[in-house]
Amino acid sequence: MKVFFILNGLQTIIDVDPDRRVVDILREDLQLTGTKEGCGSGECGACSILVDGESRLSCLILAAQLEGRQVVTVEGLAAGGKMHPVQEAFVEHGAVQCGFCTPGMVMAVVDLLSRNAEPTRSEVREGISGNLCRCTGYQKIVDAVEAAAKAMKNEGLRVKNDGEG
Amino acid sequence: MHSEKRLVGKTVPRFDAVTKVTGREKYAADYYGDAFLWAGVKRAGVPHARLNGIDITAAKSIPGVVAVLTHKDVKGTNRYGIIRKDEPILAESIVHHCGDAVALVLAEDRAALRHAIESITFDYELLPGVFDPEEALKETAVKVHEDSPEGNIIRYVPVVTGTPESAFNECNTVVEAVFEVPRQEHAYLETEAGWAYFDKTGQLVIVVATQTPFRDRFEIAPALGLDMEKIRLIVPYLGGAFGGKDGITLQCLLGLAALHSGGRPVKMWWDREESFLASVKRLPARMHYRLGAKRDGILHALECRLYFDGGSYASLGGEVMTLAAEHAGSAYRIPHVSIKGWCVYTNNPVGGPFRGFGVPQVTAAMEQMVDMLSLKIRMDPLEIRRKNIVRQGDANCVGVALTQSTGAEECLRVLSEHPLWREKDTWKASAGPFKARGVGIACMAHAMGYPPVVPDVANAKIELTEEGKIRVYAGVVDMGQGNASTYLQMAGEILGQDITGMELVLPDTERTLPSGSSSASRTTYTYGNALIKAANTLKMRIFEKILPLVQGSDVSEFVLAPAMVIHVPTGKEVSLKEVSRFFSESERVCTDNFTMPVVKGMNDVIYMGPHLIYSYGTHLVYVEIDRLTGETEVKNYLAVTDAGRVINPQVFEQQIQGAIAQGLGYALYEDYRVAEGVHLTRDLATYIIPTSMDIPEMTSVPVETIEESGPFGMKGAGEIAMSGPLPAVANAIYDACGIRIPDPPFTAEKILMAMQDKDRGEISQ
Repeated sequence: MKVFFILNGLQTIIDVDPDRRVVDILREDLQLTGTKEGCGSGECGACSILVDGESRLSCLILAAQLEGRQVVTVEGLAAGGKMHPVQEAFVEHGAVQCGFCTPGMVMAVVDLLSRNAEPTRSEVREGISGNLCRCTGYQKIVDAVEAAAKAMKNEGLRVKNDGEG
Repeated sequence: MHSEKRLVGKTVPRFDAVTKVTGREKYAADYYGDAFLWAGVKRAGVPHARLNGIDITAAKSIPGVVAVLTHKDVKGTNRYGIIRKDEPILAESIVHHCGDAVALVLAEDRAALRHAIESITFDYELLPGVFDPEEALKETAVKVHEDSPEGNIIRYVPVVTGTPESAFNECNTVVEAVFEVPRQEHAYLETEAGWAYFDKTGQLVIVVATQTPFRDRFEIAPALGLDMEKIRLIVPYLGGAFGGKDGITLQCLLGLAALHSGGRPVKMWWDREESFLASVKRLPARMHYRLGAKRDGILHALECRLYFDGGSYASLGGEVMTLAAEHAGSAYRIPHVSIKGWCVYTNNPVGGPFRGFGVPQVTAAMEQMVDMLSLKIRMDPLEIRRKNIVRQGDANCVGVALTQSTGAEECLRVLSEHPLWREKDTWKASAGPFKARGVGIACMAHAMGYPPVVPDVANAKIELTEEGKIRVYAGVVDMGQGNASTYLQMAGEILGQDITGMELVLPDTERTLPSGSSSASRTTYTYGNALIKAANTLKMRIFEKILPLVQGSDVSEFVLAPAMVIHVPTGKEVSLKEVSRFFSESERVCTDNFTMPVVKGMNDVIYMGPHLIYSYGTHLVYVEIDRLTGETEVKNYLAVTDAGRVINPQVFEQQIQGAIAQGLGYALYEDYRVAEGVHLTRDLATYIIPTSMDIPEMTSVPVETIEESGPFGMKGAGEIAMSGPLPAVANAIYDACGIRIPDPPFTAEKILMAMQDKDRGEISQ
């Protein structure tokens, strides 16, 4: 079937089996391998993407469910080559180790900050608790989220999850 | 004592962070291409069986299936293994554990692949199995490998110093206990993945997530009947490994698939369940300990018997147990010691390397023993440790003199002066209703590098490119710990470059030089030392080239800066690109090597010989236990670490914090459960690793002893902090509510039941 949706700000039409998983379509058909798969059953969060601005697990969404949606993957966050403040903070604060959880984690954080612009550390921990990381022990991720929230506030940046930057 | 450095000792954001955070970094799992085939495996699913036949006819007839292979299709030995070649690529007549690969399928798409794998059946006769390491040692036990010369013993290691038996009679206090630690799964986020093809020259190219590209070739070639020189491994950044990708995972299967793909590239990517089923685990262990001290709390004698369950193949299980034996006395002086360790075959999941390599198991036992002893003689747990901790020049528990940097005592001192130690009693006293608070500590040591019989060598390669960039060829895999970035930091220090302006080539058996595994807390130490030598050579070469160009009089008149060389007396700047024009092709590249120093002449102390250089740590943990539910919450954590000089504080903290988190998982949640060889743990819903809600704020304090043999004075930092959390938490739980549970993880159920048993005991007394 044909599915129409907005992907990283671009109108996109794909012709796929409606029951294929979105994570596979992104990675295999659209070469967007920034979205990772760590479990295939919704437990690890590595495949998180934004659907209409909210964090969703692309391993649990099927192609047909994309119809008419706004989808942002990690590739769509750095609009015009400039990294999103969350990405910048992850780099600066050492929140990235092996990096396999990172794209999903970043999407979860962007979602969190769109709902709560100044989360406390425990709110951050709760906000990312659906995303597993085996390398960092999470502390530097929490540091990065705090720094990103601050940077976004200082720059008066509106949190944009529509991928058009 | 050392001059101020431009990059070394400073937090420099990692070189790989930007490409990873933007999703641009390409992992082994991210390779796709035109006309590739999916490869997948039929697993045995039974722990011990005789295979009478494999029926692949139905699978072969499925549309989209290109090939279905069994062991008969393997042209080589069909055997791999690092120490013993006991593991088949595809099972022959016997299945040894549930994860054994029985057949390999190549298909056009994943649906056909899945369908084909499900359609393969095999005719088998279940055999009785052996599932307990002590049972496996009995004469009458089922033999896992009929052809194993020592029956089920993979490795037996005895260590004796002094006269342990008579020494126990000289002790005033003796404590005795048995501990049983669980099987731990690495649970790296990136499951095993790879991509393989034959290139135009007939070379087999495998892009794969492995910690050991150069060593893997020695295993793949004979197993598949290929020429080693015709196998090339390319290793991108790994999405985590922690020891679980130390050696062959899917490399041989991928190679076999590529041999039958009709020239098309093949892709294999295990799903989480397959990764759990087929990958190695931290070896579960039963450890019998006896520890004796004199009246003043001076440790006098240690006796322990260690039973490590190696599972169905040797992997590095025997070596893991050996390192455990070497660390069985933790970081203390003990004059009389008897350590006996067995690593044995069972029909359980295969045991193998996992961050800590046996040391977390024994440290879990020994550090609880020390607390038990301190309680018995009414001595403060910190004080008893201070009395016995090793200092430079002392002999460790296997009788080897510690001649290198030894900051264990300093770690204890720093901890004793930290507010978290000083204020612990106030914190404990302010527990809320139905809460019990406790504080625990633990010391630890971790040896660096390979043992003496295996030379720990790295070959560094660095280049001044035509464009005037400094390019480092990393021969050691970066599995996520950031060593590649640290290599750039070290080379950048010497060559005056910022790491963002440098180039990096990740391990590739064709382009980078053999430099050993990414393991054993050696990656930065050994390769770093080799790289420093190569970078210094390149620096001199640059200065010598430019000397006549600026009519300088001596190479000492030059300094390097980002993208340029400066002639200090005249202030003349020449770009590296310009300098590069005067280099011939062969001059651009500098190589050098380094071999880690070892203890000499003591190889009879322990199998493969003892280690020379150790990192040390002392940990402190605050726990709060809910008396109504038994649930333990970790409220605060302090890790004081001697890993020599810190090259990059941020990357160092990443290692310490990450290891604490894995250690807390080991202490409180993680238990890879197997019943009679059958896996009961199949996913991340039942194998619980810590989430962001489970890990407290952690404080890491480095004690920067300078290791003179290390690159810029550093020692390994990757594993040391893994061993502390379990015993520290165990000691804190005892401190909180007076119970000691011998078999972690310390789940709410176990704690609640132990508290109830204790209360009943107290009432009945």
